[in-house]
Amino acid sequence: MNKSVRFENFTNRVWKFFASVKLSVVVLLSLAATSIIGTVIPQNANPMMYLQKYGETLYPIFNALDFFDMYHAWWFRLLLGLLTVNIIICSIDRLSSTWKIIFPKKINFRAGRFRKSANRVEWASDIPSNQLKNAYESYIGRHFRHITVQKTDNGLLIFGEKGRWTRLGVYAVHLSILLLVIGGLIGSLYGFEGFANIAEGESIKSVPLKNNNQERELPFTLRCDEFSISHYDSGMPKEYRSTVSILNGQKVIHKADIRVNDPLRYQGINIFQSSYGRIPADSFTILFTDPDSGMEYEKRASIGSRIKMPSNKGTLVIEDFTTGFSFHGHNIGEAFLCQKIPADNKADTSNIVIPLSYPRFDRMRGGDFAISIKDVEFGYYTGLQITRDPGVPIVYVGFIIITIGCYITFFMLHKQVCVELTEQNGRTNVMLACVSGKNRPGMKTATRRLANRLQNLQNMDER
Amino acid sequence: MITSSILLSIITFVYGLAALLYICAWVFKKELPGRLATATTVIAASGNFIGIILRWIESYQQGIGHAPLSNLYESLVFFAFCIAVLYLFLEFRYKLRVIGVVATPLAFLAMAYTSLRVDSTIEPLIPALQSNWLIAHVITCFVGYAGFAVAFGISILYFIKSSRGGLNGGFTSKIPHVDMLDELTHQMVMFGFLFLSVGIITGAVWANQAWGRYWGWDPKETWSLITWLIYASLLHARLMRGWTGKKIAVLSFAGFVAVIFTYFGVNLLPGLHSYQ
Repeated sequence: MNKSVRFENFTNRVWKFFASVKLSVVVLLSLAATSIIGTVIPQNANPMMYLQKYGETLYPIFNALDFFDMYHAWWFRLLLGLLTVNIIICSIDRLSSTWKIIFPKKINFRAGRFRKSANRVEWASDIPSNQLKNAYESYIGRHFRHITVQKTDNGLLIFGEKGRWTRLGVYAVHLSILLLVIGGLIGSLYGFEGFANIAEGESIKSVPLKNNNQERELPFTLRCDEFSISHYDSGMPKEYRSTVSILNGQKVIHKADIRVNDPLRYQGINIFQSSYGRIPADSFTILFTDPDSGMEYEKRASIGSRIKMPSNKGTLVIEDFTTGFSFHGHNIGEAFLCQKIPADNKADTSNIVIPLSYPRFDRMRGGDFAISIKDVEFGYYTGLQITRDPGVPIVYVGFIIITIGCYITFFMLHKQVCVELTEQNGRTNVMLACVSGKNRPGMKTATRRLANRLQNLQNMDER
Repeated sequence: MITSSILLSIITFVYGLAALLYICAWVFKKELPGRLATATTVIAASGNFIGIILRWIESYQQGIGHAPLSNLYESLVFFAFCIAVLYLFLEFRYKLRVIGVVATPLAFLAMAYTSLRVDSTIEPLIPALQSNWLIAHVITCFVGYAGFAVAFGISILYFIKSSRGGLNGGFTSKIPHVDMLDELTHQMVMFGFLFLSVGIITGAVWANQAWGRYWGWDPKETWSLITWLIYASLLHARLMRGWTGKKIAVLSFAGFVAVIFTYFGVNLLPGLHSYQ
């Protein structure tokens, strides 16, 4: 055996492997089975959480197998790639033979196939065969695209055929899957998915991305003018609404309301209402209580302000606000995060947490003063999902094609009909049979129905 | 004035009665209970439909009008209706009453689950559900699920029939030939597959409008894809030599388990769909 023959055998085998339906079934079922993993194990969570949940033996194994981001794991992508190659190769492999059926050089009907059909219907008529032939030929000609009449030894055959093109349906479905893959790829290569919290009155020029720690520059400035919630009488939320402005420098070029299910799309960037929260507005009151004397001192402050503590005991810096502070594993709710700088610069600065719901919390610290914060006025911030996905139009075209393709493949048939007329003792025997590319139980009923119509046709002629 | 929830509770029992009648007709091989069963199912499906419309009207009377397709209760009621209508269509088309033995109990179970386990108060729509895509998404998904449910029922008949080696006689004599059952399973799976595909697509378009991405590997999305993949493999497996009958019935079983999990099980997992 020479080398080129051996190579040809090899490529043939590879081609056959990728063209096989067996591969499709194996890959489809593997995708189904492995996809379960990602629905049971939460995806892209904190590594500490995983370590706590799965322990030190399972964690490294799961981690090595990419179970914590499995839909982007190399092996899952490999399966998707295999499916894609399988779809392409098997479609090419079969298309040429399908093409010959759809566009035949010479139409060739085999009467034997119809004569043996289990669905055939036979009856006899008093009408001479040439008269029946005319009626049937015109009826079948009206309902079937292609029609041929052939003479036999003792009669004639009328063949009709329609729906050849429906054999292309399955190729449309396969093409649409490729479009979904391409659209998805374009989205992950050229699109982004970001998320930003914007307080009322604040604006952003770039957005932090979800999957990594990068920021994405926006082609405009986005400002949240107002956020509002409305409720039903029952207290259920009715509407979340962010009023935003798009700015070019200082100039407002567009204003819009963003609601859930009603995003803003501007210059290829999509902005969605995703979450919200409340944050302390400009000012609030800080209360210093002397634990010994019970003396109280009040001062107005805002986030970022530095407050001189009474009796020259140092400076309190209000650094930040959090909607949920975790104290020894318990969520103690909204809290201010502060820093105390001592007056003499000798002692270290210390961090102080002042929860809103527990005004006596700071007494536990045992400092010079117990600190609490009150009279907080709240404003809102809106949580906006900000995305760009140039793959969407291709994916949507895929959606349309897959729907049409499935309909054609499942519910439209390549159908052939044959009527044989034979003269016998002055009567005409009629044999009718329908066959389709796919053998369906509905074919029998369809044949009977057609037989009824043809019989009615001849009754009408008699009248 | 009869309310939709009372009417639908009654309909639950009508489905139960229809199921009993189909079983009687099958076991005793009699025509009369069979005819009664068909009539009862038609009544149940009509009552089911009226119940859905009534609930729709009631939601408007409460000032929170929306199509009754927004929560577990409403979707189960619609699911039962789809199963009943699809089954009746099969019965009229193929003159096969024996499928009713497996189809009507499924409709009954769906309805019975609503009356036992599910809150039936009409709630206003939360912001995430305020979209016309909700209607398209829920209808296509559940029409698809109904196709799979009937396919699952036919697969049960397949196992009953083939466990007796396809012999005619006894209870199995009324069950059509295994080839016919295999073919009907295929038909129902194709029907379900088309609607599930459109269901996933409408869901994706909606997700792209509400959440900013058409696909996010949320557990519900992923499970609907798992279901789709299982049925896609079933449709392809039929093209393979030797893959008919039993193996197809097993896949149809597995597919319906995935449907049930997509529907109920996902609520146990974290994700955006868990509000159902």
